Amino acid sequence: MTKGQAISLQKNDGGSLTAVRMGLGWQAAPRRGLFGSRTREIDLDASAVLFADKQPVDVVFFRHLVSDDGSVRHTGDNLVGGVGQGGDDEAILVDLARIPVHIDQIVFTVNSFTGQTFQEVQNAFCRLVDETNGQELARYTLAGGGAYTAQIMAKVHRTGQNWTMTALGTPANGRTFQDLMPAILPHL
Amino acid sequence: MTAELVRGQNHPLSQARLEIRVSAGTPVVAAATLGDEQGRIHGVEWVAHPGTPTLPGLEVSKQAAADHRLAVDLEAMPEAVHRVSVLLALPNGSGGPLHFGAVAAPFVAVTGLDGTEVASYTVTGLEAESALVALELYRRQGAWKVRAVGQGYAGGLAELLTDQGLPEAHQLAGSMNEAVARGQARSVPAPPPRTPDADRSRQAAAPALGPDQSGSAPHGAAAPQGAPDAVPPQPMTPYGPQEPHGSGTTGGPGPSVPQHPYQGGGAADPSAVTQNAPTAGGPIDYSHPRRQNTAPPPPPPTAPPAPPGQPAQPVAGDATGWSMDERLYNQVWGMFEDLARTTAAYRSAVDFADSRMEKELDQVLSDPRSRIGGQGDAAREVARAKHAQLVEQAKAALDRDLAQLTAEAGVVEPALPAAYARWDNPVWHGYRVPMEIPMALRLGDLHLPEATGLRIPMLVRLPLQRGLWIDSGRAGSLDGSFADSHELRRLAMDTAVALAGRLLAVYPAGEFTVHAIDPAGSGAQALAPLVQTGVLAAPPAVGAAGVADVLARLTQRVDLVQMAVRGGAADSLPPGLDTSEQLLVVNDFPHGFDDRAVTQLRYLADEGPAVGVHLMMVADREEAAGYGPLLDPLWRSLLRLTPVPDDHLADPWVGHAWTYEPSLVPSGSQVLQQVLTQVAAARRSWNR
Repeated sequence: MTKGQAISLQKNDGGSLTAVRMGLGWQAAPRRGLFGSRTREIDLDASAVLFADKQPVDVVFFRHLVSDDGSVRHTGDNLVGGVGQGGDDEAILVDLARIPVHIDQIVFTVNSFTGQTFQEVQNAFCRLVDETNGQELARYTLAGGGAYTAQIMAKVHRTGQNWTMTALGTPANGRTFQDLMPAILPHL
Repeated sequence: MTAELVRGQNHPLSQARLEIRVSAGTPVVAAATLGDEQGRIHGVEWVAHPGTPTLPGLEVSKQAAADHRLAVDLEAMPEAVHRVSVLLALPNGSGGPLHFGAVAAPFVAVTGLDGTEVASYTVTGLEAESALVALELYRRQGAWKVRAVGQGYAGGLAELLTDQGLPEAHQLAGSMNEAVARGQARSVPAPPPRTPDADRSRQAAAPALGPDQSGSAPHGAAAPQGAPDAVPPQPMTPYGPQEPHGSGTTGGPGPSVPQHPYQGGGAADPSAVTQNAPTAGGPIDYSHPRRQNTAPPPPPPTAPPAPPGQPAQPVAGDATGWSMDERLYNQVWGMFEDLARTTAAYRSAVDFADSRMEKELDQVLSDPRSRIGGQGDAAREVARAKHAQLVEQAKAALDRDLAQLTAEAGVVEPALPAAYARWDNPVWHGYRVPMEIPMALRLGDLHLPEATGLRIPMLVRLPLQRGLWIDSGRAGSLDGSFADSHELRRLAMDTAVALAGRLLAVYPAGEFTVHAIDPAGSGAQALAPLVQTGVLAAPPAVGAAGVADVLARLTQRVDLVQMAVRGGAADSLPPGLDTSEQLLVVNDFPHGFDDRAVTQLRYLADEGPAVGVHLMMVADREEAAGYGPLLDPLWRSLLRLTPVPDDHLADPWVGHAWTYEPSLVPSGSQVLQQVLTQVAAARRSWNR
């Protein structure tokens, strides 16, 4: 997927998806220097913000792992990343059928909690997986990381009866999702 | 490009900054020595080891470990150095293997800083050696090379260092071992080994669940009349705090596992160090801490495939677990969570619809154009219609989920075992004294105003983690309509007796003992089922003397068991001591209690649960108000239940205020008497 691209979360057979997983994986870039074995740990955090009519209603992140309605679940904080080779280090499960009726957009963000910029991260990606069969629907690589500490990855929003995912890929700065709110709002 | 070296083979090194990775199947000490052209070590300052981990251009780990990364910068080496030998040794005195023949072949690799392997070597063919030179990096005509050496020494580090020409070889080997042992002592002690526990129910029950009582303030603003009672709502949790303590019935082995003390940084006493070492290097327990190694559970009943587009038909026991009891327990908690979350979704959608409509109506009001003609009315209509539509959608989603949960409750409720079932469940008529403690006990029902018909069983883990408080105070009732405090007291005592009877019934014969304190005899009528069937340990204690006597005996029991458990001598309890769980029912507190008795009661509330002594207070907090804040910790430590429906319990996920309703025996039913008669009979035959 590329920035700005949108895909419909409708199955090929016409049925709509019921559960998707937003997976995030990364590795810390190796450091130069004598004691290169000390790769510093990088803690990236995935968050999902639930919006109703452009108002944030609920948020799922490492301190609030399940949205109050139970439709969005974070599988838990990973402080170091580095499972790396294709696996998800953090994942957010979205039960599309259970999302409250007033929620119309869910924005996924990634923040560097330890403060390193994305220059120090390698092999970072976010992907959307159909949770029912494990099929990967979309993958978006955080390539060309720059001197910023957060990225607004993607949003999943209602289109009529169905859901659509749009890759956003906007760089931003902030330690947790709260810092990103001003940057998120233009994308709603 | 990785070169896999064999013994004696060499390989050029193009980089000066390198990392040497060591992996051995067991903790080993990694060190490096520097040598001159003849391979001789000039002195102890030419050896990098756990005691002096850094030399110019060289760093090794401070501890023995199964994996090492040594950093090497060949450019930083002094001119005189022509050889760097990488050594591995088995730490002695750690209780680990004593020679390399007993462990997996160590693997060493030379890598660049980016992790690419330059050369690797697996040291094979080792037997009685306890130290070895794995690799050497050497200077040849201005360029560095690596050679696989694999030379072992049965005499250990001392012999190895002697061979390299170090005069102080023995002293250095000794100080290296000491440094390693010190490093082990500093590291976090491995968790104490779990004692094998054959009794599944008891093991599972130790981290008992505590649907926390939340005072009488249900949810922030809606605090009822009893505002002074307000205690911050604490959530219930399905597994409760994970405190490792044994069940008091046997003076459980849990806490008797000695805590390995940390050794201070300067713990040079070798005896203390070696004593501690096996902990750090001890065997790893691969078993899951909360799972038991027994046969796999029978497969759970599966729902028949649902027609497409329809939710699956609910089936009782459709959850994970090792037994039907556990599956039903998990299923009930699953229903509890689903109802909490579904309701949260509905409430948040309606709240949002309300606030949006309000905002839109405000806008209409402030817009001057809306004052002309029907424009304003039309806009208001639109806002109301949007509100109605969203609420309707939310309601539809809620109804769909409630229908599914109601259907599930319809199949789960009849399938519940006695301990989870209401008193009107037929399972109680087929009651038999159980052989083992169930996982959990039903204390009552929970429901939400959105779905008053959908009752979730409130299950708490056994043995009880905390005492119970049946609130007979007027502040406890929902609307204060129970003006008749006598009626409320009677109901509270009935609730207490129904719960005590239930506890007696679900424990195996002789494993649960109930004491009662009824100072003024006002609870005699309610206590009749317990007294008549003879399941009480003794007749209810009356008067101040009776109170003092019962409290003294229970306090003594707590003391004894606690001492035995702390001293790790659970077997040395006096032979006459009753090892069953104890429940003390206190009616009419604080009547008949003097200061000493109150102190003892607080002691029992604090220390009792850990050793199987529990309280059940039937009391009105107002009446004990004279003690002031002294008793606040007591009330807080107890799970508050009410004799009449009251919304004071919070769920652990969203914090809704749930209405609790006690599980009472249907009026006119003799089921409690019948069950208790069986309990009494079983106890008589067990005592014989």
